[in-house]
Amino acid sequence: MPGVALSLVGILLAAAAIAIPTSGTRMARPLVYGICLATTLCLMTVAATALIGKSATPSSLALPAGLPQLGAHFRIDALSAFFLFVVNLGAAAASLFAIGYGRHEETPERVLPFYPAYLAGMKLVVLADDAFVFLVAWEFMSLTSWALVIANHKESDNLRAGYIYLLMASFGTLALLLAFGLLAGAEGNYTFAVIRSAPPSAGIAALILILAIIGTGSKAGLVPLHAWLPLAHPAAPSHVSALMSGVMTKVAVYGFIRIVFEMLGPPGWWWSVVVLVCGGATATMGVLYALMQRDLKRVLAYSTIENIGIIFSALGLSLAFKSEGLASIAALALTAGLFHIFNHSLFKSLLFFGSGAVLNATGERDMEKLGGLIHSMPQTAFVFLVGCMAISALPPLNGFVSEWLAFQAILLSPQLPLWSLKLIIPAVGALLALSAALAAACFVRAFGITFLGRARTPAASRAQETDRFSLTAMLILAALCLVAGILPGVFIDLLAATVQFLVGGRMPPQTGIEWLSIIPIAEGRSSYNGLLVFLFMIISGTLAAIAIHRLASDKVRRGPAWDCGYPDPSPLTQYSAASFGQPIRRVFGTIVFRAQEVGEMPPPASTAPARLTVKLSDLIWDTFYAPISGGITFAAEQLNRLQFLTIRRYLTLVFAALVFLLLVLAIWQ
Amino acid sequence: MHGLVFDVAHLLAGSLVLISFIELYQDRLFALINIFAAHALVLALSVAWQAYVQEAPHLYITAAIALVFKAVVIPMALHRIIVRLGIHREIETVVGIGPAMLLGMGLVALSMVVMLRVTAEADPLAREDLAFSLSVVLLGLLLMVTRRNAVSQVIGFMSLENGLVLAATGAKGMPLVVEISVAFSVLIAFIVIGIFLFRIRERFDTVDVQALDRFRGERK
Repeated sequence: MPGVALSLVGILLAAAAIAIPTSGTRMARPLVYGICLATTLCLMTVAATALIGKSATPSSLALPAGLPQLGAHFRIDALSAFFLFVVNLGAAAASLFAIGYGRHEETPERVLPFYPAYLAGMKLVVLADDAFVFLVAWEFMSLTSWALVIANHKESDNLRAGYIYLLMASFGTLALLLAFGLLAGAEGNYTFAVIRSAPPSAGIAALILILAIIGTGSKAGLVPLHAWLPLAHPAAPSHVSALMSGVMTKVAVYGFIRIVFEMLGPPGWWWSVVVLVCGGATATMGVLYALMQRDLKRVLAYSTIENIGIIFSALGLSLAFKSEGLASIAALALTAGLFHIFNHSLFKSLLFFGSGAVLNATGERDMEKLGGLIHSMPQTAFVFLVGCMAISALPPLNGFVSEWLAFQAILLSPQLPLWSLKLIIPAVGALLALSAALAAACFVRAFGITFLGRARTPAASRAQETDRFSLTAMLILAALCLVAGILPGVFIDLLAATVQFLVGGRMPPQTGIEWLSIIPIAEGRSSYNGLLVFLFMIISGTLAAIAIHRLASDKVRRGPAWDCGYPDPSPLTQYSAASFGQPIRRVFGTIVFRAQEVGEMPPPASTAPARLTVKLSDLIWDTFYAPISGGITFAAEQLNRLQFLTIRRYLTLVFAALVFLLLVLAIWQ
Repeated sequence: MHGLVFDVAHLLAGSLVLISFIELYQDRLFALINIFAAHALVLALSVAWQAYVQEAPHLYITAAIALVFKAVVIPMALHRIIVRLGIHREIETVVGIGPAMLLGMGLVALSMVVMLRVTAEADPLAREDLAFSLSVVLLGLLLMVTRRNAVSQVIGFMSLENGLVLAATGAKGMPLVVEISVAFSVLIAFIVIGIFLFRIRERFDTVDVQALDRFRGERK
């Protein structure tokens, strides 16, 4: 099985090689993206058969490449099969979308060669079965995505984003390198099989946990390691943004699960506290940031941070229950986390595709310059709305199911014997509930300001519906959101093998239950039926529509929008994104963003306009990043003096260094 | 026989260190060059003795190279350079003979301590050789650091290289190719530095390297 997967990855790398000489030609785009689509679909099938096949025994493969005496090991087990499926589903959708979207690419030679290589890198991370292959693939994935981030290098913001991304990616890889070094122990055997069989002692495990959180969290966007994410994700072309947000963050979560759930042995109770606190803070901060942004893609990037927070919270819950021996509840929490990983990859890709379609149609990412797109791009608006509803966790869509499952696990926290966990988990639950509500507000804002109302700029009013390939990709993802929301039992049962593999327990089988309900714990406690909600919405909606059209006039009338009695022709006077965010900014922003509002009223009889200035400062950047970057700049300036010494000083330095080393050698023994 | 072999090798290597010390306090260029020639001569003798002891005829070639190039050709060339540059009357302000000698003694002690400890199990002949050669290398570096005139720095570099050759021949089984390539690289370095000396002189009217620093712009 890994052999097939590896040869498909090889095809992707070959496609990257083909793209280098041909990227200038017209055929290159459909050819490269077509190969990517076909390959990822095949890989998806491979992953699905590994996941469904009852013979879910891990199959591995060792190649005589890589480090001497180590080789290169690959393996597909239940965990990697699930992530392989998620990665390839997102990659297939992105490739399909890009066949149409890539037509607007200004510099295809900067995107086409890196795109298949980037896909190959992500798949190799998931397939790797030794630390060397894992880290090389991880770094390959980082570097190729970095190349895609700076594909449009003429905007200086993109270069800065790429720079910060590169720094953070190297930092994360360094942490992972140290983590694997500790895992390998004194013998230094880097194959996962050996690492798995000999879990580290408690103190070392704690250190590895912290390193793993730093290493994978910096890639996934865990607060406060998220700083690069909202800069880099929007800077890439939209299909790559979708992959980075929807898929690459999941690969990072995969790394976390692989290390923490599988290699570290039985978890200590406080591990879950660290992960839960990180997750809760990430979810809340992510969505608060998202509400303050006016760039559509940046809103989506911050919302990715929020969802990563939810996923990490679910993983933390699972660790908490696992450490106390409650395997079935741990399975419930882990299922919620994994299901949310799948769901988020669906709707975040969908939303990024939608924002890409809007970007292509209008040339704008700034919501304050959009508006009224539902008239010119009705189909895009519809699928975008589905994505917004799914990410806001509205039933009957998929986002609701996974978050509901997570809350079911939170509600079971009183069963834990430890008081500290009993107190912390409900607090994290409150943070998650807050962020879920704020996420809904965030996406009402994103959809409403972008697609409703009147066009705020001429560019927005000239928009046209996007192409067929892009629409197809978005429609498929929207349909999958609905299917996963209506048939959650099927997906939960598919996850059972992975969950069993990781926590040694599973949720009760859901597919046999009547009417497609899901019952996570017991019937008397809670159950959910997506189909019922869906049918109710369809029927009540249809009945209401019929009633309105029968009882009232069925003519479609278009009148001027209500404008509070002040007829103003300028569409800029509409309710704006900033207006929508203002109440939330006033509630939370004074602390979190140190928001300051200054209103300037001109004196009476003056014709000068009134002004409202809002100052936001990024507390996390100011407390964590600014001192570090300042310190590095200071040290660099001090060391820079070394560049301007005289020849004799250099000679003396060399001489002094030599004598110093000899002295050390003489004193050492 | 063994006692004599060891003693002669010891004597020659020890005199190399001694001559390095003499180099250290020469403040006239001609005298410095003459001492350097003596340095190279003792090196040639030492290498030849090693060739005789180790019964390695190719070491005679190394000794001949050292004798011809380092003891004859390079000193003569340096003489001519100094005469042509007209700096044969210049007296260098050295760091100060006392401190330089004290530093040198410290360095020799350091290299003895390090080398004798590290090579506890080696052949006593090679052991002594290595310790002396490290001293010669360090003294050469010290010469380079304490001088301001480019010509004396060249000589410091050359005597440093002599220390390397001493180490290379002391260890048994060092291939001839390595020694020859080291010798040639030094020769080429000498040529390059010689050419640069004239270029520097043309530009700045001096071979004092402090002048170069002034011309780089940050020292007014």
